[in-house]
Amino acid sequence: MSVYQKNELEEEETSRTLSLIVDNQPGTLARVIGLFSGRGYNIESLNVTEIDKIRNLSRISLVTRGTSMTIEQIKSQLLRIVPVHIVRDLTLEGPFIKSELALVKLVVKGANRVEALRIAETFRARTLDVTLSSFVFELTGKPSKLDAFIDLMRSLGDTEVSRTGVSAISRGDKTETKLLDQI
Amino acid sequence: MTLNYMTGAEAVIQALVDNKVEVIFGYPGGAVLPLYDALFENKKIKHILVRHEQAAVHAAEGYARSTGKVGCVLVTSGPGATNAITGLTDALMDSVPVICLSGQVPTHLIGTDAFQEADTTGISRPCTKHNYLVKNADKLCETIHKSFEIASSGRPGPVLIDLPKDIQLTNVKYIKKPPKIKKHNHYYSNVDEDLINRVAKLLLQAERPIIYAGGGVVNSGPKASKLLTELVNLLDCPVTLTLMGLGCVPNTNKNFLGMLGMHGTYEANLAMHNCDFMLNVGARFDDRVTGRLNAFAPNSKKVHIDVDKSSINKVVSVDYGIVGDCKEILSLLVQEVKKLHNQKVLNSKTKWWSQINKWKERDSLGFKQIGNNIKPQQAIKSLYEKTIDFDTYITTEVGQHQMWAAQYFGFSKPNHWMTSGGLGTMGYGLPSSVGVQIAHPKSLVIDVSGEASFLMNMQELSTIVQYKLPIKIFILNNEWMGMVRQWQELNHGSRYSESYTSSLPDFVKLAESFGITGLRVDNIHNLEATIDEMINTNGPVIADIRVEKEENCFPMIPSGAAHNEMILSSDDNVKDTSNEGLALV
Ligand SMILES: Cc1ncc(C[n+]2csc(CCOP(=O)(O)OP(=O)(O)O)c2C)c(N)n1
Ligand SMILES: [Mg+2]
Repeated sequence: MSVYQKNELEEEETSRTLSLIVDNQPGTLARVIGLFSGRGYNIESLNVTEIDKIRNLSRISLVTRGTSMTIEQIKSQLLRIVPVHIVRDLTLEGPFIKSELALVKLVVKGANRVEALRIAETFRARTLDVTLSSFVFELTGKPSKLDAFIDLMRSLGDTEVSRTGVSAISRGDKTETKLLDQI
Repeated sequence: MTLNYMTGAEAVIQALVDNKVEVIFGYPGGAVLPLYDALFENKKIKHILVRHEQAAVHAAEGYARSTGKVGCVLVTSGPGATNAITGLTDALMDSVPVICLSGQVPTHLIGTDAFQEADTTGISRPCTKHNYLVKNADKLCETIHKSFEIASSGRPGPVLIDLPKDIQLTNVKYIKKPPKIKKHNHYYSNVDEDLINRVAKLLLQAERPIIYAGGGVVNSGPKASKLLTELVNLLDCPVTLTLMGLGCVPNTNKNFLGMLGMHGTYEANLAMHNCDFMLNVGARFDDRVTGRLNAFAPNSKKVHIDVDKSSINKVVSVDYGIVGDCKEILSLLVQEVKKLHNQKVLNSKTKWWSQINKWKERDSLGFKQIGNNIKPQQAIKSLYEKTIDFDTYITTEVGQHQMWAAQYFGFSKPNHWMTSGGLGTMGYGLPSSVGVQIAHPKSLVIDVSGEASFLMNMQELSTIVQYKLPIKIFILNNEWMGMVRQWQELNHGSRYSESYTSSLPDFVKLAESFGITGLRVDNIHNLEATIDEMINTNGPVIADIRVEKEENCFPMIPSGAAHNEMILSSDDNVKDTSNEGLALV
């Protein structure tokens, strides 16, 4: 908002998932992140990887929070960045899927080992590593599901967590192919 | 060497020529020696050796803003590049197209803290529209061509290209500028007939309309200014301009209410406050313009035209945002208004004008020149009157003198007024005047300066002398950082902490030491003669105009106040600045 008093009729902030197509170039991510820190916007989650080797494009999935005026600002500001080609507001576009992967290490001995495995099974987590005193689980799904799983694991022992951040995609048969061809 | 193969440095210079660069402002150093070598042989590009890299960027800005072309800068790595940062930020804030070439340590040394290495792309990222580090010589030509397109299209801005020394020395195949460079899809426009029709109707039906225009109109080119003036005349609508927009409607136009904002006229600000319809053309609702936002033009419908979508609804929500180039939109609006005009939908504005004329009667720019001391306002007024028949370009520094220049000098054309608006950079005016005079060798170029600001980039006197630039430096010398002193008087109980400019040089002797003319005047009776002498001197002049020391700049919207809470003089009942107001810059 502005330097002057906040708008009294300020509406509530909501969480929004944005999906960006950007050039896979040094500096692009720095510009995107710099925009958020420089202008005081929130980043709740961010994930980037190359998705098109031939055209050298990456996707940034980004979860942010703000009023609709702020979100509109964020989207227009993102589009000013030269290597940012597409900014989609998945939350606004319609139904979409949000998914994240977590690797969770749990240090655990004795009876709690069984409990850990039982919980892992319930959550459909995969066990990637086992020692006599630890497990590494892999879990994918909605961030809230990951949160719940990690909370339970923490109550069983010492944990170490690595999460990818949210990846998102719209439901249905619509794709970006045409938009990408225009880049 | 075959025809198409050349060193990277030669390719860079060739690419500049291809992009019609005629002048480059720069300063050499180890990391750009190959580029300087390539320039040595080149006959098409004139290099202007400045005395500080910040000045190179300001000079390029002055050049760009007075011509509409892209300004070009060349600096070395490390300190050369870091010195340029203030200039780049200034260009970003005021949307000035500038290309800055910086040298860099060779690619294999990047990241090793090599001598004069700096993370130039990292440092300049937030203060450029875009920047590049060229690590692959094959991409060199393409990068430069693209940079010109980025700097000058859409909302213009600075682009930095970091050039490692080994890339400058590598042999590359020269690639010509392609006839058409693909625009990025960002330059989006939502203009359609229906929108234009609706806005035209609103304009015609409004009872109390106002047009508020800014630097975007100037950036869109002289045609946009003509169209804006035509629209104003067609509608008989009051128009006010921002600091950056001065000149895009002639000051003599009867509908022009003067500048608006913190030091704008009473009539302009009150018309903004009381309008029922506001058309913003190429301005950005800057906090210096709006005053307290929750009291900004409270009962109005607002339409905003801007080339940058992110400017719309950034600080003020509007009813319609029209995204696109001002001149195209203005041209459509003028056509539509003419069409509707014939159908007689124009609302009478007699009542609105009589109200505005009442505000005008307050004569908010009035001042009393009494006694022998020179009022700074009078100094600018006389300067304007004496230069009215010349093709005059004014640059300024930052402070009270800048505001007085904006208030009392009249601008009849766009691109003749160069001032640091967004960043408010003291030290902008002198180097900027170098760029302006290089672009317009026959014109009268004046830097309206304050004594404190002048000291910030006075090394450029040496540049001025070297290139025999007949720039007139008109210093309103009040021995104070006047604008700081004024705020301390109004907001901090007249505790003048560190705002006195002591130990000033003798400006006349300073001028003489550079072999140029120095003039001084401290009596109102000699003011006009001094201005005449300054104008009639062939070479550069420093005119030390000793003005009333504690004069304040009025009218003023105190910080945190609204348009209708302006004060016209120190005698006004001034409310204490609110706590929110105190926190504002
Ligand atoms: C680089 C920079 N530093 C500090 C400031 C803050 N500042 C704004 S106006 C001003 C005083 C300018 O004094 P002078 O040039 O003498 O102009 P006057 O106001 O007296 O006309 C200062 C310090 C600035 N705008 N720019
Ligand atoms: Mg001063």
